[in-house]
Amino acid sequence: MLYRENGQFKTSYRADQQIFPIVQDRIAIALLLVVAAVVIPWTAPEYLFRAILIPFLILSLAALGLNILVGYCGQISLGTGAFMAVGAYAAYNFTVRIQGMPLIVALLLGGVCATAIGVLFGIPSLRIKGLYLAVATLAAQFFTDWAFLRIKWFTNDSLSGSVNVGGLQVFGWPIDTPVQKYLFCLAFVVVFALLAKNLVRGHLGREWMAIRDMDVAAEVIGIRPVYAKLTAFAVSSFIVGVAGGLWGFVHLGSWEPAAFSIDRSFQLLFMVIIGGLGSVMGSFFGAAFIVVVPIFLDQALPALGSMVGLHIDTATVSHIVFMIFGTLIVFFLIVEPHGMARLWSTGKEKLRLWPFPH
Amino acid sequence: MGAFLETLIGGLMAGMLYSLIALGFVLIFKASGVFNFAQGAMVLFAALAMARFAQWVPQVIGVQDKLLANAIAFVGALALMIVLAWLIERLVLGRLVNQEGITLLMATLGITYFLDGFGQTLFGSDIYKLDVGMPKDPLFMFQNVFQGGILVSKEDLYAAVIAAALVAVLSLFFQKTATGRALRAVADDHQAAQSIGIPLSRIWVIVWSVAGFVALVAGIIWGSKLGVQFSLGLVALKALPVVILGGLTSVPGAIIGGLIIGVGEKLSEVYVGPMFGGGIEIWFAYVLALLFLLVRPQGLFGEKIIDRV
Repeated sequence: MLYRENGQFKTSYRADQQIFPIVQDRIAIALLLVVAAVVIPWTAPEYLFRAILIPFLILSLAALGLNILVGYCGQISLGTGAFMAVGAYAAYNFTVRIQGMPLIVALLLGGVCATAIGVLFGIPSLRIKGLYLAVATLAAQFFTDWAFLRIKWFTNDSLSGSVNVGGLQVFGWPIDTPVQKYLFCLAFVVVFALLAKNLVRGHLGREWMAIRDMDVAAEVIGIRPVYAKLTAFAVSSFIVGVAGGLWGFVHLGSWEPAAFSIDRSFQLLFMVIIGGLGSVMGSFFGAAFIVVVPIFLDQALPALGSMVGLHIDTATVSHIVFMIFGTLIVFFLIVEPHGMARLWSTGKEKLRLWPFPH
Repeated sequence: MGAFLETLIGGLMAGMLYSLIALGFVLIFKASGVFNFAQGAMVLFAALAMARFAQWVPQVIGVQDKLLANAIAFVGALALMIVLAWLIERLVLGRLVNQEGITLLMATLGITYFLDGFGQTLFGSDIYKLDVGMPKDPLFMFQNVFQGGILVSKEDLYAAVIAAALVAVLSLFFQKTATGRALRAVADDHQAAQSIGIPLSRIWVIVWSVAGFVALVAGIIWGSKLGVQFSLGLVALKALPVVILGGLTSVPGAIIGGLIIGVGEKLSEVYVGPMFGGGIEIWFAYVLALLFLLVRPQGLFGEKIIDRV
């Protein structure tokens, strides 16, 4: 009853083309932001920040970056972990080697380095596509895994590539407690989500989507494939790189190359598939799902098992999580290739028409 | 010279095993156009099944003869792989007909995760020994040619012979039998094959079963060498560059690509590696494949792909 757009007339192009054309959506998003920025920091327990909220925010940022590449431009990448690693280690090097480097600048510069590496490994996409490209991006993954483990210069001569950062601060405010970390990540995510949304609905995003849908036709109507693909790689790996920097600096604090292994790449790809290919909103759904489900199962499965008299240890739970993710991937690919984002919009459509079916 | 030859032979042996896994990729890609990322998980699953069955058979049925127990375990594991092939066709591929290659690739990623989890839930996640009677003692060759001779593991030699036999049997199967002809027809053109009455779904089950069989053999060889453990699945990631190098549609390509990667890896590790701080084995194959993709995307022996990018 409440979700109606009757009577909301647009009198200018500006009003017609805004991100959320329906008043109720704007109210909902504003409420969500208020809850995220004001209510949660006051009320949520510390565990929630550490285990769920901060990983969720950072991983949804990374998933957003990957979604630009895979969902919008149709170029599959299995090397997301590599670009995260480049972002994190580059930001680390900037902080260590340059005295008084501000945190935000270091993270953004890390993103710039990730962009360079992303474009470099994106060059094969000009000649190959599909599964061949997947192998090319895997090369990026294995190469960076090795580089950060073995080339001592990148890790400031630390053993086994493990580095740590401490005493983070922005404009003199320390980023120390979970709440501060959470707010810091939230700010990044909001800014980048807005940027990404505007990019994908602008001319660049339309070029990407044209390339994704049919590259030959896109070329015929005057889209340069080289430019479109490389910008997609650049933007995607920039966002992923920044997310990598946040993951290392804010979430982990100290990390080694294994934090950005191939499992991370697959995890992010799963987020994008489950959440919804080609949808900004979907990246958030996917990240939330993949962060929360293992934690939920960790708690629920042993309890369920003891009810029927079975003892389920944590190793088994992690295997069952694998099984569930695998099944869900296949399920979503078959039943709803556009992921949870499509379910969400179907639900909204239903709500608009409710209680009448047409 | 002796050390060089030793590295070379070691590389050839490792390459043979890569070829075995790559073979599974090629078989499935040829017949169904699916780039089967799950081949590694299938190797792990098959090896786990084999190892556990070989443990259970003497306990449950009471067969004490080791050869017989292993044979029963092998048949059991093979049956399991065939059931798996049937299920994959029924539940996954049959429902994704006519989808893009990339969707199918992601579906096999899902299968990979499922198999990893399922195999370890079912069979446990410890490291299992797999003893199928492969000799472990080393063998010295050419002792009269070089000082000290060349050290070759007998196990590797046996593995190479088995792999070669497997390839021979598979090519006979593909070239001479009616089923093999049907498989090649499907590989050439799905629609044409279907229109002359070749049942696609059955062909896919057969092809996945054959890939399961290859995975089982590869799993047994790797497993008896390294023990059956989770990292077996990762070996398959090594086989990806092999198929890129050899060509996705070529069985000989898989073999030769595997040998090139195996030899290249070992030689570069020994002779080039120290310059970069070692450990370049991890990415050498990938970078080689990447360079290859830029120059010759269809691989050494693959069919030329006429495809605008």
